[in-house]
Amino acid sequence: MLGRTLREVSAALKQGQITPTELCQKCLSLIKKTKFLNAYITVSEEVALKQAEESEKRYKNGQSLGDLDGIPIAVKDNFSTSGIETTCASNMLKGYIPPYNATVVQKLLDQGALLMGKTNLDEFAMGSGSTDGVFGPVKNPWSYSKQYREKRKQNPHSENEDSDWLITGGSSGGSAAAVSAFTCYAALGSDTGGSTRNPAAHCGLVGFKPSYGLVSRHGLIPLVNSMDVPGILTRCVDDAAIVLGALAGPDPRDSTTVHDPINKPFMLPSLADVSKLCIGIPKEYLVPELSSEVQSLWSKAADLFESEGAKVIEVSLPHTSYSIVCYHVLCTSEVASNMARFDGLQYGHRCDIDVSTEAMYAATRREGFNDVVRGRILSGNFFLLKENYENYFVKAQKVRRLIANDFINAFNSGVDVLLTPTTLSEAVPYLEFIKEDNRTRSAQDDIFTQAVNMAGLPAVSIPVALSNQGLPIGLQFIGRAFCDQQLLTVAKWFEKQVQFPVIQLQELMDDCSAVLENEKLASVSLKQ
Amino acid sequence: MAAPMLRWGCRGRRWAFARVDGGSCHRRGAPTGSTSNRIRGESSVAQQPLHTAQKTRKGEHKWAAVVGLEIHAQISSNSKLFSGSQVRFSAPPNSLVSFFDASLPGTLPVLNRRCVEAAVMTGLALNCHINKKSLFDRKHYFYADLPAGYQITQQRLPIAVNGSLIYGVCAGKKQSQVIPKTVRIKQIQLEQDSGKSLHDNLRSQTLIDLNRAEGQLRVDANISVHHPGEPLGVRTEVKNLNSIRFLAKAIDYEIQRQINELENGGEILNETRSFHHKLGCTMSMRDKEGKQDYRFMPEPNLPPLVLYDATSLPAGADPQQVINIDQIRETLPELPSVTREKLVQQYGMLLEHSFTLLNEVGLLEFFQNVIKETRAEPKKVTSWVLNTFLGYLKQQNLAVSESPVTPSALAELLDLLDSRTISSSAAKQVFEELWKREGKTPGQIVSEKQLELMQDQGALEQLCHSVMEAHPQVVMDVKNRNPRAINKLIGLVRKATQSRADPVMIKELLEKKLSL
Repeated sequence: MLGRTLREVSAALKQGQITPTELCQKCLSLIKKTKFLNAYITVSEEVALKQAEESEKRYKNGQSLGDLDGIPIAVKDNFSTSGIETTCASNMLKGYIPPYNATVVQKLLDQGALLMGKTNLDEFAMGSGSTDGVFGPVKNPWSYSKQYREKRKQNPHSENEDSDWLITGGSSGGSAAAVSAFTCYAALGSDTGGSTRNPAAHCGLVGFKPSYGLVSRHGLIPLVNSMDVPGILTRCVDDAAIVLGALAGPDPRDSTTVHDPINKPFMLPSLADVSKLCIGIPKEYLVPELSSEVQSLWSKAADLFESEGAKVIEVSLPHTSYSIVCYHVLCTSEVASNMARFDGLQYGHRCDIDVSTEAMYAATRREGFNDVVRGRILSGNFFLLKENYENYFVKAQKVRRLIANDFINAFNSGVDVLLTPTTLSEAVPYLEFIKEDNRTRSAQDDIFTQAVNMAGLPAVSIPVALSNQGLPIGLQFIGRAFCDQQLLTVAKWFEKQVQFPVIQLQELMDDCSAVLENEKLASVSLKQ
Repeated sequence: MAAPMLRWGCRGRRWAFARVDGGSCHRRGAPTGSTSNRIRGESSVAQQPLHTAQKTRKGEHKWAAVVGLEIHAQISSNSKLFSGSQVRFSAPPNSLVSFFDASLPGTLPVLNRRCVEAAVMTGLALNCHINKKSLFDRKHYFYADLPAGYQITQQRLPIAVNGSLIYGVCAGKKQSQVIPKTVRIKQIQLEQDSGKSLHDNLRSQTLIDLNRAEGQLRVDANISVHHPGEPLGVRTEVKNLNSIRFLAKAIDYEIQRQINELENGGEILNETRSFHHKLGCTMSMRDKEGKQDYRFMPEPNLPPLVLYDATSLPAGADPQQVINIDQIRETLPELPSVTREKLVQQYGMLLEHSFTLLNEVGLLEFFQNVIKETRAEPKKVTSWVLNTFLGYLKQQNLAVSESPVTPSALAELLDLLDSRTISSSAAKQVFEELWKREGKTPGQIVSEKQLELMQDQGALEQLCHSVMEAHPQVVMDVKNRNPRAINKLIGLVRKATQSRADPVMIKELLEKKLSL
């Protein structure tokens, strides 16, 4: 049951094959068993069980709220949850309990979803590994998969298995690990430069970043307001569409959400024919750093579309190479501004120093933020100084417009969706990853994902195949603004063609069987 | 200058923020310290102030001052500019604070429609160009009563620009003549208010009220001095002036201070100063090391504010989702300049009287109500309302709405005067009685106090006769053509009638008796 997709388990709930409480308890047990993954910062067991109880009553009375009623979900710990600690994986917000729910959280709860907990991330979502949070790094469930372990056994150089675990990617790594390890059926991430799509690719999941303005940001603790979008992590495209259907729509509390009615619910047709489609392949995305395996899968995917009758053309996004540096200026500037409210006065961490308000601010912020956050605040404030504003911020805004125009030009040339890699390679071991600093890593890892945020376009990472090492590789589809449904429809077709294998965590479960509290659960097949 | 802003800026949480530029001042270099030297210059271009024709003493340079005002006025609205929290004067501290007002992480600003409409209306009233597209910016600084660490304002592209306001300046020997002046408005911007800090120095604590500040008007004055024809001087900013009187005092002081400083070889620092109202001087605030850099940045959570007019309004637009400038223009009340012009034309009133009538809240309405109910000449009504009535109010520091005398009572009083039932001195007496709030009508007072003019000619003739007999010397003087003597006789007769006789009538009778 745990290995099923959201749609499948939703059907099972409707047919009474399982009750929401049973489902909730199974997920809670698995959360405990996979605690070492560090996917969750807070497990909201009591809340989830109470929600399950209510859901169960609704099912008994034939008053189900829909596809999400009784479905366990997880939420990245940078979405405000009423009465549940929300930390952003930072000392600064340890102990902060918001008095309100983010709009997206409220919408999921209104649909009857069960909130299992708050997931781990890089501090304030600044990172691409989910390694830089105050609660420690998130471990990629694929590190413990049968697929990966078997390949490693064949490799004579592999040693010290325990310390060779892989990163999830980030910054929504906790959400990705939570869905990938079957502790929930869908999770919310946030996506500012690729933070949902990157861990989705590394964890073999569907990672969807909706169009900017389609889903409310109210209650999402911001990284970069003009680029942040709540992201969706699921096991298949249809599941992402169901969650999007629950979340999309204007919010009076977020003035950047659009009012134009969008077809709801997001039911995705099954494409029988792709011959009317035009797929664009951006030539600038073929970078030297791209691993040969990813490159080969990318071209195979293009071939697949072509062989099925789609038109596949090369397109140019000429300003792509400026995108990382442009992002650096805009991101750090907004970060400097957004982080100004964390001053220790009203909520979160406050230092012991009280000689003056200024001294208190300084010490609180030094203690509360990690090096990455402090570094970005420093750069951002530099770019916003009166003497630098024109040369950095304004220029970066102009470049941003050029990057957005690149996409518009490509779509105007007749392209329906763009096909690109999501990441340079498969997930790397933690020890490998931390050889480079956060800034270098973020700059490398966001390379294919982050321009999309500048342009506000919808994009989705779809798991394609396993690498030679037995690790997932994802490819990204980018759509026209507010053509999220069309994008997901194409992604669904592609998903069906590639038949990505399910993660086999049997071995993980067996390894853990000694500590299993519920022996029965250990025998649950995680295969579909 | 700020009167229209004041007028509607009486309640509400948020500041409509008007930068009033110009108002150049000129004065001689002599450090007299007297305010009478100060002339509010016509605000042409601030950079090119008008030159006064004042003569300078030998060896002295002429100084010109440039003054720009930032006027913060609260918008009268039910809820705050960016949140749904209520606005209520003197509510308990922190009782009207939404999650957004407290800057809880993840909260977003939502613009209040009423505040935008008020800003547009202010812009129209001040002859501004209304920007159909305006933007919001963040202004950053750390302060305990600014919980987000930034303030949302309109720095780059404000809602209204390039306006003007005509106001009057008193001049002439008795300061009774009003000269109309024009001040240019640089921009009007919508701005979030900060909170209020209460410093408890004893316990070295600061208490913060996020209901936001409760002043109706707050002005920051930017002041510099320079020699005409030379580049502008370095400016200082005097912050948080909360009355027109202190504003004027602070500007006078600061201009003089800068001139003295420069003439003594010193220099002016670009700094923030505060006005000490007891000592009457400005002092450096010294709270910021060096120049504050506010690190302005576009507010990413508010899309550009787009306004429409009749020509640009999209077809089928939801009226709840759009703001139509032309529609707001239609709801604009008659502006003071138009009202003043009408008063001058309709009642033959002096321009300065029209200014006075409009400058006092409620006075114009009072005047018009009296006019409606009385037969007396408008000039008479004007004189009574502006001299007697306003004089009494000022003396007791009362607002028009607090007046003990109603328009009807004054109208009745003026009717009695007009019909020559009472003399004008008796009328003053009646007015004084009315002011006591004893609930009597002018008619009642007149009959109780027997203030009617003596209409009985025989009795009056008798009185004249007695007075002449009692004062033979004065009668002699009259006969000897002393022009003043007749007045003395008239006075004596009036006194005998307890001022109830019409002096004109007395004079006629006396002249007849003396066969003049």
